[in-house]
Amino acid sequence: MALPDRDLQAAIAATRFGLGARPGEIKAVRSDPQGFLLAQTAPTGVPTPLRALPQDRVEALQEFRQAQSAFQQANQLQDRKARDLRPELNARRAALRDQIAGDVLQRAALGATTERGFAERWALFWANHFSVGAGNFVRTATIGPYEAAAIRPHVFGRFADLLVAAETHPAMLLYLDQNASVGPDSPLAQRTARRPDAKRQLGLNENLAREILELHTVGVDGGYTQADVTEFARALTGLSFRGFNAPAEKAGETYFREIAHQPGPRSVMGVAYEVEGEAQALAILNDLAARPQTARFISRKIARHFVADDPPPALVARLEAVWRDTDGALDQVAAALIAAPEAWAPAPAKFKTPYEFMISSWRAVGAAPRKPADLAMLTAMGHRPFYAPSPEGWPDEAAAWATPDGIVKRLVWTQDFAPQAIGTADPSEVAAQALGARLSPATARAVARAESRGEGLALLLMSPEFQRR
Amino acid sequence: MTSFSLAHAPPSLSRRRLLAAGAGLGLGLGLQMWGSRALAASSRRKFVLVILRGAADGLSITPPVGDGAYVALRRELAITDTALRLDGDFGLHPELKSVHRLIGAGQGRFAPAVAMPAAGRSHFEAQDRLEAAAGNDVSSGWLNRAMATLGGGSTPEGLSVGPVAPLVMRGDLATSSWSPGRTVETAARLPMLVQDLYADDPLLGPALARGLKTEVLAQANLARLAADLPGASGTMNSAKLSRILLGDNRDAAGRLGGAVAGFMREDGGADVVAISLDGFDTHANQAGALSRRLAYLDAMLAGLESGLGAAWRDTVVLVVTEFGRTARINGTQGTDHGTASTALLLGGGLKPGGVIGDWPGLAEPRLFENRDLASTTDLRSLFKGVLAEHMGLERRALDTAVFPDSAAAQPILGLV
Repeated sequence: MALPDRDLQAAIAATRFGLGARPGEIKAVRSDPQGFLLAQTAPTGVPTPLRALPQDRVEALQEFRQAQSAFQQANQLQDRKARDLRPELNARRAALRDQIAGDVLQRAALGATTERGFAERWALFWANHFSVGAGNFVRTATIGPYEAAAIRPHVFGRFADLLVAAETHPAMLLYLDQNASVGPDSPLAQRTARRPDAKRQLGLNENLAREILELHTVGVDGGYTQADVTEFARALTGLSFRGFNAPAEKAGETYFREIAHQPGPRSVMGVAYEVEGEAQALAILNDLAARPQTARFISRKIARHFVADDPPPALVARLEAVWRDTDGALDQVAAALIAAPEAWAPAPAKFKTPYEFMISSWRAVGAAPRKPADLAMLTAMGHRPFYAPSPEGWPDEAAAWATPDGIVKRLVWTQDFAPQAIGTADPSEVAAQALGARLSPATARAVARAESRGEGLALLLMSPEFQRR
Repeated sequence: MTSFSLAHAPPSLSRRRLLAAGAGLGLGLGLQMWGSRALAASSRRKFVLVILRGAADGLSITPPVGDGAYVALRRELAITDTALRLDGDFGLHPELKSVHRLIGAGQGRFAPAVAMPAAGRSHFEAQDRLEAAAGNDVSSGWLNRAMATLGGGSTPEGLSVGPVAPLVMRGDLATSSWSPGRTVETAARLPMLVQDLYADDPLLGPALARGLKTEVLAQANLARLAADLPGASGTMNSAKLSRILLGDNRDAAGRLGGAVAGFMREDGGADVVAISLDGFDTHANQAGALSRRLAYLDAMLAGLESGLGAAWRDTVVLVVTEFGRTARINGTQGTDHGTASTALLLGGGLKPGGVIGDWPGLAEPRLFENRDLASTTDLRSLFKGVLAEHMGLERRALDTAVFPDSAAAQPILGLV
């Protein structure tokens, strides 16, 4: 399979591997499209819009929690004071909401402006693979820091490190109920059961164990049983984090809560784990990372994201082989993808998700979202950042997104966006810069014939080739 | 931005008005969708499939209050005194007030121990199986195949509610989708020009055409809905109208149900609708979370029923989930992934009858893998019964094209 000509390669590098071309990008990439992508795969990770766990986030969470419990206490006692406490609670909630909206905005702005579009797409892929969805304010406020601390530093490193960082981050522990899972024979459960006023028994919650197996590592066909899920859940007990009532320097920190851990050796997928305590869960995670099923499951997912909903088996096999040979070195897997001729097929097989569509629209005009409201339409499109509908993350196939409703919403957004975004630019020039050799004669003609600059840009953004990558 | 004058909101959209609305939108709408409809919308059989995603807990939807093992297994999650009374064996979750009323009126029944065969305990795989119902082939959904099978002049119009198309509705037959929260600029050239660009695009062309068609219905529909709102006055733009349907409360849910009913009542509107509700994966603190979601479901169903008016008589609603939850409470006041759950069957034209399918019991030896409520009824049998008696599908088609290799799963007859 031969690569397409250099102009088309440059357009593909920026739009299929990357998040869309900014003005001048395709031209700059033309001399060495593969080198442009490879240069973005440094094992030190990718740029992050946020600090890992900013102190002001911890403080905002603590202040919110305090205001919330003060209000709830007064309210339960039907104390008149509750009314006086409500404004404080509302203010704390608003402060947290602003911070969360800021996280989303900063991520989108990074996507719109970064010169390392491939690295950003790669990071978004992994954030979706280890998806944490929003819930109450506390959980939602952890997602931005989770991506910054647990995902982005590791996406071009070893998969095992990425896996451990993701599964042990407070955001994941909260999302999949791990911090409440207690070994039934642990000292904590035994002690609670002996209490005469014990209202409930503490016990296992197998949510995290199941999703690690099914979604994050070996996949649903990975050959595990219900017994493996339960054993793994037992091993994970004790993995927890300090709540936001703890002192500020410790709040929100992952730690191993020995008294909640189910004692004893475990057996998961035919492997016996004699080690005890924290080392037990880490040993299982590392073994899962090294399993060939994991290499196969995730290689296919990568190929599906970058190349086609039903990816070429030969490509999947090559990524899988590199994964196994390098023990999951993700920079090497990325390099294998970049080297794969299948990934450079001229026809764009992937339909953009709403987030990809909007980010690439800003990139096309050399702009970026500036306020949270600029992203509001993503909610209506069913793709609100941080609000993935399930631990499986967002769908990645055209059938899910190219719906009648989805297309109309893109049209609605474009209709509002284009006239403001185009300014005094020439839409034909924008089209040439945004798509390069991928621009079709039909779209070029329609853009040139538009009755206004805004209409010209709207036609470019809605064109079949801009909607795809 | 479109504005509706509520004073002039049409009580029902006539064909002439629809065409006028289409012309006003600059959508280039043709006559074909209405012209080909031989039957008036009101006389057509209608089917609504509601999928509760995340594995809804059947033991809370229809708590088996008469089963001696229930309370011991569920402890503080057991719903006993507060359950809405049905008979000695089962109650209903306290939030399912409208469902309770319908069952009392002979317009609702339930199957307390249903599952797909070999569903497994993975949400995602089980949802695929529930919606594809074709072994490992997940390229299309059974609802789409069922509609395509009807064929000829009676092919139903399909509509999924939500921005992302559910698998059950995907397939060869083109269907529509809609969700609240959008408007199209009136008198815009853009939709037409984009349609031109999509002329040779097999994916985007048909999708846009259908989306625009639905948009015309939606705007009229919303105007009518807003006219019924208490305190509505003057004009309300369509973006605002759309927002009254969003929100996680009973009011919004009722309006959403009403809006869906509006689509179904229109001439050329939807005959078969798929709605997904998520948030049923209650691993921790199940009681509160489940109550909120069931309250939403109940209000949406009530809005659907009242919105359909006389057409409720010709409508069947089936509420299903991908699998049930563990019979025992877990360590975090929730339940984990299980096997069988409850399906609800509602409609104005149901035949009288009691509980659908056998109750396996919750005594320890009866539990599946000493953990879950066992399944006594193949969900496909329920689907087939409704499709056969309500939608008129042939047995042969049901056993092959719609549910491949399923001859062993006999349709449950006598429901409609």
